[in-house]
Amino acid sequence: MLKTEQAASLPAAQAETTPSRRHSGEWWIEQIIRGAGLSTIFIIGLIFLFLLREGLPAFVRISPLNLLGVRWYPIEELYGLLPLLVGSLLVTVGAVVIAVPLGLITAIYLGEIAPLWQRELLKPLIEVLAGIPSIVLGFLGWVALAPLVQQAGAPTGLTAFTGALILAYMSLPTIISISEDALYAVPKEYRDASLAIGATEWQTIWRVVVPAARSGIVIATVLGIGRAIGETMAVMMVTGNAANIPSLATGMFFQPVRTMTATIAAEMGEVAQGSLHYQALFAIGIVLFLLTFAINSLASMLIGGGKQQRSSQL
Amino acid sequence: MSSDVLDKRELNTPETGGPKSKIEVNDFNFFYGTFQALYDLTLPIYERHITALIGPSGCGKSTFLRALNRMNDTVIGARAEGEVLLNGQDIYAPNVDVTDLRQRVGMVFQRPNPFPQSIYDNVAFGPRVLGRPKARDLAEIVESSLADAALWDEVKDRLDASALTLNPGQQQRLCIARTLAVRPEVILMDEPCSALDPVATLHVEDLMRRLSAQYTIVIVTHNMQQAARASDYTGFFWLGKLVEYRRTPELFATPKEALTEAYISGRQG
Ligand SMILES: Nc1ncnc2c1ncn2[C@@H]1O[C@H](COP(=O)(O)OP(=O)(O)OP(=O)(O)O)[C@@H](O)[C@H]1O
Ligand SMILES: [Mg+2]
Repeated sequence: MLKTEQAASLPAAQAETTPSRRHSGEWWIEQIIRGAGLSTIFIIGLIFLFLLREGLPAFVRISPLNLLGVRWYPIEELYGLLPLLVGSLLVTVGAVVIAVPLGLITAIYLGEIAPLWQRELLKPLIEVLAGIPSIVLGFLGWVALAPLVQQAGAPTGLTAFTGALILAYMSLPTIISISEDALYAVPKEYRDASLAIGATEWQTIWRVVVPAARSGIVIATVLGIGRAIGETMAVMMVTGNAANIPSLATGMFFQPVRTMTATIAAEMGEVAQGSLHYQALFAIGIVLFLLTFAINSLASMLIGGGKQQRSSQL
Repeated sequence: MSSDVLDKRELNTPETGGPKSKIEVNDFNFFYGTFQALYDLTLPIYERHITALIGPSGCGKSTFLRALNRMNDTVIGARAEGEVLLNGQDIYAPNVDVTDLRQRVGMVFQRPNPFPQSIYDNVAFGPRVLGRPKARDLAEIVESSLADAALWDEVKDRLDASALTLNPGQQQRLCIARTLAVRPEVILMDEPCSALDPVATLHVEDLMRRLSAQYTIVIVTHNMQQAARASDYTGFFWLGKLVEYRRTPELFATPKEALTEAYISGRQG
């Protein structure tokens, strides 16, 4: 969302600063750039409108009580979104809790501690990790990870925890490489100041470098979460696809769940266009859209604060 | 050259009732890989006085300064030979705790480099990393350090504001306060005023003068007037060697070496 704003406002700003005396070739280039920027906004608008048109009726036709119910069972016209929300939440939060500390620690190791040869070996490997198709990871999770989780004592291997592990694995490369860039960008002057006071290497990293890289680390986390929330196939394969709210008693994370994305993917093929079930699936889409929008806005607020701090120094 | 650089009588060393030396540098050589940056340095740094280091760009002033608190340790391939005695103890001895050394020999840098944190947290940083001071003690240390750095009155109402909201002169004094907060014995300053305007520069010089009652100060400067007005002793470096090292008024009034004379007159004129 941030990106499209920039693309659209850039050419406009240029047009203001330089008046008519410019080449016609340049005028065309400007129009093309402007068109590209505006079309992005236009397309996003269209997608949103379509989503609203198909999904909003569900909120009218299905009673709020039903929507807030604890059962998603379309055959009996039960459209409770809660189990799906809880499923997505468990898997996503689980993934974040696993991936953010792990990613940050790995980034710190790579950027601050590892000798050069290790860094040069590990960085490309992490890029490769990012390139593995999610379906391959899902397959691995199903074949290799799920049995392990079951052996560890869960009633079944296909659980929210298994999904969270796979998602964490998928978002790690993003979190690591963006956090590492952010740590790398911290001016050497800060490290020098800290060391010159008598702080140890570790105190310098933890109390000076990491806080100074905060905004970059937030971006890394959000992009990681973004990937986790939106991911469908791999999660569908390893979470067991049970659309019920896991009970607290037996450990929520170690029971099968179903996420919002998995529900849409699994049921889209079998619904009649325009039916109530069809509209309910689009309603899930709207909820997902609002969620990601909220997370992105929160992130740009957090990042905005950090940026202001930094730019006032330059 | 090196034998008459250090005319002890002229420097008023303890033998003649002058100041005591805080740091003794003996036959010190410094290398970046195969490149030798400092040659056979031998000089005392006097306690509770201000010593200025002058010389053309690249002559090794910063290298020498950073050798005094071992900040050069962070440079890969850097190597030191010879002795640097702080209170008689060699800081390059194998059993020396570098963090402890750096607490005792603080450093202020060329560009003001406060952390992107609050004013309070900047000053509290040192005491916090060195131990776990009680909140009340910490508040006292922060106040006294800021007061000693002549900044307290300007910031006492906004200790929670980001340090980056201060102007460069205030930021540099904040960095001095941050250094003072760990109660160092020596303060090294590498061109501390080069990023400041003339008024802020005079402010810092004033401050140095007052601090020299308690602290031993070594300052690198490109500004001849600053060395002349703000220091007690001046060392002139040339291509990694110490050419002349004397009391400041004498070095500027009657330089012994032709090189020194050429340098200071070139810069003054
Ligand atoms: N990290 C380093 N690695 C290799 N050589 C270095 C390094 N730092 C400095 N040097 C070299 O050592 C010599 C002395 O540098 P130094 O920074 O001490 O000079 P200076 O007198 O402080 O100069 P200036 O007045 O420009 O600050 C120079 O030739 C410089 O190129
Ligand atoms: Mg220098």
